[in-house]
Amino acid sequence: MQKTPLITAKDVDVFYGTKQALDKITLDIPEHKVTSLIGPSGCGKTTFLRCINRMNDLVDICRVEGQIEIAGQDIYAPEVDVVALRAHVGMVFQKPNPFPKSIFDNVAYGPKIHGLVSTKSDMEEVVEWSLRKAGLWEEVKDRLNETGTGLSGGQQQRLCIARAIAVKPKVILMDEPCSALDPIATAIIEELIDELRKKFTIIIVTHSMQQAARVSQRTAFFHMGNLVESGATKTIFTSPQDERTQNYITGRIG
Amino acid sequence: MTNPDANFLKGQKHLTRRYRAEQRFQWIGRIAIAASLTFLVFMVASIFWQGKGALITTKIALTVDLSTEMIDPANIKGASFDKIIKLALRTEFPEATKRKQKKRLYALVSSDAGFQLRDQILEGPALLGADQTIWVSASDDVDMLMKGHIDRNKPQNSRRLSDQQISWIDALLVKQVFNTGFFTNGDSREPELAGILSALVGSALSLLICFALSFPIGIMSAIYLEEFAKKGRWSDLIEININNLAAVPSIVFGLLGLSIFLNVFGLPRSSPLVGGMVLSLMTLPTIIIAARASLRAVPPSIREAALGMGASPVQATFHHVAPLAMPGFLTGTIVGMAQALGETAPLLMIGMVAFIVDIPGSILEPATALPVQIFLWADSPERAFLEKTSAAIIVLLIFLVLMNIIAIILRKKYEIRF
Amino acid sequence: MASDNMNTANSFNITSGNRSKFTETLVKAAMILCSLVAVAVTIGIVLSLIFEALEFFKRIPLSEFLFSTEWSPQTALRSDQVATEGKFGVIPLFTGTMLISAIAMCVATPLGLASAVFLAEYASKRTRDWVKPMLEILAGIPTVVYGFFAALTVAPFIRMTGGNVGLEVSSESALAAGLVMGIMIVPLISSLSDDVINAVPQAMRDASLGLGATHSETVKQVILPAALPGIAGSLLLAASRAIGETMIVVMAAGLAANLTANPLEAVTTITAQIVALLTGDQEFDSAKTLSAFALGLLLFIVTLALNYLSLRIVKKYREKYD
Repeated sequence: MQKTPLITAKDVDVFYGTKQALDKITLDIPEHKVTSLIGPSGCGKTTFLRCINRMNDLVDICRVEGQIEIAGQDIYAPEVDVVALRAHVGMVFQKPNPFPKSIFDNVAYGPKIHGLVSTKSDMEEVVEWSLRKAGLWEEVKDRLNETGTGLSGGQQQRLCIARAIAVKPKVILMDEPCSALDPIATAIIEELIDELRKKFTIIIVTHSMQQAARVSQRTAFFHMGNLVESGATKTIFTSPQDERTQNYITGRIG
Repeated sequence: MTNPDANFLKGQKHLTRRYRAEQRFQWIGRIAIAASLTFLVFMVASIFWQGKGALITTKIALTVDLSTEMIDPANIKGASFDKIIKLALRTEFPEATKRKQKKRLYALVSSDAGFQLRDQILEGPALLGADQTIWVSASDDVDMLMKGHIDRNKPQNSRRLSDQQISWIDALLVKQVFNTGFFTNGDSREPELAGILSALVGSALSLLICFALSFPIGIMSAIYLEEFAKKGRWSDLIEININNLAAVPSIVFGLLGLSIFLNVFGLPRSSPLVGGMVLSLMTLPTIIIAARASLRAVPPSIREAALGMGASPVQATFHHVAPLAMPGFLTGTIVGMAQALGETAPLLMIGMVAFIVDIPGSILEPATALPVQIFLWADSPERAFLEKTSAAIIVLLIFLVLMNIIAIILRKKYEIRF
Repeated sequence: MASDNMNTANSFNITSGNRSKFTETLVKAAMILCSLVAVAVTIGIVLSLIFEALEFFKRIPLSEFLFSTEWSPQTALRSDQVATEGKFGVIPLFTGTMLISAIAMCVATPLGLASAVFLAEYASKRTRDWVKPMLEILAGIPTVVYGFFAALTVAPFIRMTGGNVGLEVSSESALAAGLVMGIMIVPLISSLSDDVINAVPQAMRDASLGLGATHSETVKQVILPAALPGIAGSLLLAASRAIGETMIVVMAAGLAANLTANPLEAVTTITAQIVALLTGDQEFDSAKTLSAFALGLLLFIVTLALNYLSLRIVKKYREKYD
């Protein structure tokens, strides 16, 4: 725990036009841990998540102030190439969004555009490795050429995870990855997340406190654009310091 | 029992009146639609009815003297084939002795008959040396008579064939055959010889140029406007421009082509190159508007997925979004091309209205286009050109229908559903 | 596993990507250039029309062009015959254009609106699915076909009918061209108005039906008034289309520049005259040829104004209900 954190956010403000969505967020995120961001809808947790790989840049009216460092580098520094950044900070979205291409091409896309592999056999290896890590290999190994959109919802989401890890990012951002899935598929993904943290650092936004408790080691509670408190998941859930946290986890606000 | 409200749900007198008004109102709509569609059916049917005759042409059998006296086997091309034809007609009807009579007699066969005879001999030199029976094209008047467009019961000075000519025709062996010449010939002053091939080739070349210009430019600007351009004054300006261009009268594009492409750039007049350029300017707005709609239909999650993978915006667009929108691009382009194929007025402005007999060999040679050919023939006084015009319209409509069917199939087959 | 040694991602380099920045800049530049083509075309149209029209107005004063009532652009047969410069008064062409467009709108407005209301409010989905494309066919038929039909079928028919009831109809009448043109623009009005009617919020229908109005009463008293601006926009667009239509009038309306409001007489239009002036061989510098560009400029201004007005109205209308 005393190691220097992988990601440090310092006084991060986010504005959509004139509306302030995040107010002075300061948060450290340790390596090889799962950190969950929880809070009621509209509290800014997804906004914060999207700051970490600068997906917010896509919104014209969005302005980010403050500092976010990954491995000591300020990702909002002018010399940073957003595209290169996103190769290191992958993302899994709320709704599974595989490309309407073959399963193989879905996974191979990242390594291909980033020039990570040169030969076909290397690519096959990377695809297999990623699909295995995502726990999908056994289910799809015989139909890699079928389209990714033909899989079930849970399989699609695991395909998206495989696609994200194929480029070996440092960090994987997950934006409510299970909200569109049934309980069984959710359980599989949660298991997978725990497995993945050995190699990656994971930040997950979730609506479900049970999920946060199950998968994460660290938890940060957001409320109305503020970071109310953060710390070890156990501490947050058993002895929250702030009344708002207390109210949220006991179901009084939500 | 005597509750006055008991009947409140039942129809009252003024309600029946209101329902009748309702029915009337619906019928007005039905009648309006029926009127438009009846017009459509009537127009197309009348054109088909008039045009079907052009698929048939009349041939006349002549017994020609192909002895070596008339044709030197060593120099076939040097022979006077017209003379042979005329001689054959005179032999058949020796009663035609006066100059005027002879002229009327010769007018029964097409002016092309001599060439047709020559071609048949060149193909089969074995014909030479004796009398042979060969088939040559009848003139358009004979053709019209055979198709029943000339009324035999009318007095002879109010029809184009005299009684004597009709008696000659009845004595001759004539047959009606499929008119291949209509599809393989260029334009001609003689209706029985006129064909649409040169116009078709001119249209095809123009469309080729039009496609080569408007497809890439249209798609690229659609992608830029939809995926990259920041909303602002520039994109608004471009947008307004595109919407206005879509509604500018086509003839104005022709004026632009005349004064800029021909007079400023000095490109060759009447050429498919300039025709295609002018058409592409008109097609551009159609393609851009359709392509943008198609891009908008690609769900944003696809863009997010690609960008989240670390694809650059250009990569995300060209690897994922554009391929998904491609069927829409193609549909819009085909619809635009179909419009371009039917366009006439701007082509008149740049001189693609010439009398073109030869098949244009390149995009720089003078050419005409199918709709312009229709316009030219529609202006010709001969009765025989009426059916040619209708037949050319049928061909044009068939091409348009085919293009639209392809567009519909593309849309149905590859429609993005998410 | 071999791929575990894939080490690129481990060196945390976020300042430069692997893709070629140069190509991407090039692609973007190409895209910007392509979207500027639309602007360039507009500029090209405006410049070429203005430039040639100015040449024309050097020879024929603008006031004569706009206010003279005689149009007969005969040019000199020989180059030394300066005296026979033609008369270039645009008024008979303008009235001819308006007459034919008005006839066309009289045909197209009731047909188009009634079709649109029926399709939007009454037709079942199945009827809609085949009637709409059928109507669109009318818009897809090349205008040269309409022109042919107007000149060879409709005009003789009108002449014959007119003759039977004792009216003198010229062989190329404004009526024939206008009627056929009206049918041609029906789908334009019906599809635009259909969209507009569909954009009226369902809540308005519900409110009226909930008060016990019949469907047709709802349409007449609630929906059509609400959709009126949008419908006006579609009518303006259709009128602009009618004014700019060329082939039908070239083939069916003729070239006689009569100043008349009688639809049974032959009239000519701006577009028909442009075609007549510019087809065939002409020296480019004569007032006759140049006058075509002045006519073109007039046509462009009129249609542009109508289009712009129409787009503005429709846009405002959409914003109201979005």
